Amino acid sequence: MKEIKVLGSGCANCKNTAQLIETVAREQQVEIQLEKITDMQKIMAYQILSTPGVVIDGQVVHAGGVPSRAQITNWLT
Amino acid sequence: MTAAVSINQSHAIVFRFPKTALGFGILIWLGLYQTLTPLSEWLVALLPINRASHFGGAVQFFCYETPKVLLLLTGVVFIMGIVNSYFTPERTRALLAGRMNIIANGMAAGLGVVTPFCSCSAIPLFIGFLQAGVPLGVTFSFLIAAPMVNEIALVLLFGLFGWQVAALYLTLGLTLAIVAGWLIGRLHMERYLEDWVRAMQTITVSIETTRVPFIHRLQMGAKAVNDIVGKVWRYVVIGILLGALIHGYVPADLMASFLGEEIWWAVPVAVLIGIPMYTNAAGVIPIVQALLAKGAALGSVLAFMMSVIALSLPEMLILRKVLKPPLIITFIAIVGCGIIAIGYIFNALL
Repeated sequence: MKEIKVLGSGCANCKNTAQLIETVAREQQVEIQLEKITDMQKIMAYQILSTPGVVIDGQVVHAGGVPSRAQITNWLT
Repeated sequence: MTAAVSINQSHAIVFRFPKTALGFGILIWLGLYQTLTPLSEWLVALLPINRASHFGGAVQFFCYETPKVLLLLTGVVFIMGIVNSYFTPERTRALLAGRMNIIANGMAAGLGVVTPFCSCSAIPLFIGFLQAGVPLGVTFSFLIAAPMVNEIALVLLFGLFGWQVAALYLTLGLTLAIVAGWLIGRLHMERYLEDWVRAMQTITVSIETTRVPFIHRLQMGAKAVNDIVGKVWRYVVIGILLGALIHGYVPADLMASFLGEEIWWAVPVAVLIGIPMYTNAAGVIPIVQALLAKGAALGSVLAFMMSVIALSLPEMLILRKVLKPPLIITFIAIVGCGIIAIGYIFNALL
């Protein structure tokens, strides 16, 4: 079970990122718990400069732009 | 089967010799650009329409302008994607940290043009810059230049109005970002940051030099084309279609009575109308095209465009999370006055 957080103020790219992660997780049959963080103060605690950011099990793995399918698969498996 | 093999082979060649492949790509692009005029004429000649008629003129305009602007856009976005890969936000922040004078404002504005930026990242970027010791005014120079002076706006201005207009827009946009940021810095308004922002820990950053293989930069260019041109092309087509229809049909001076050069209040009104609107450079182009084709003065229209991009109300609401009202009002006032000045300069020069 991976705990995934998508950091972003709720713009289109952030929504797409969260959706894509869910899709890939379903395809790979990986169990995840996805949480969207929209509160700026909480987002800034992760010290990222651009959103959307992706945090997996407490580790920032991505910041800025929608990640590619290959990247997500890489994180999940 | 052979086609599949040759695609694989050319892929392998691009991976082995990325710089040579880029050179070839540029040559092919230039060749395509050269064939645009004969191609569009040939295409229109095929159609059973009279070239001298309004309709013929509109079709000709559309058949030439659409591929031209899309080709320009693809080329510039690709190159900018490669350039962007050298200027990550983290690197830009490290370059700016601790620099104080107006030269730093200039650097920030310049870096704003070449650093990849999405308006929804404005807040994290803003805070991240301040945390690392980038002065408030310098941060503002970056935040003003980044959305306003972008490659899409420049390409469209170049494609539709020529290089002089694009160069003037670039120069005046950078000047506005530098002067506005410098002024905000001089006013020492740090106390008008929200308390939680001021309470954030400062961090030290250093310039990282990671070697990225050139092929990755090419791939980032291709991704930029895919992301940006894939999204923007429909606005461009709509804009040119509007332009073509107006080109052929609507009398040219319809808008002149509202936004023409001799109406002195046109520029401030254009800026005011632009504030509640929220769209990016690409979305505003169809409107710009339509206004201009109907005889509105270029300065008024560009002031409107800058106001839509740089002073949007929704963006102010986002900034409100980190700035207290006096600072937001100062920001709007300074940038607003700057845009109005730019509008008048354009109207006076062109």
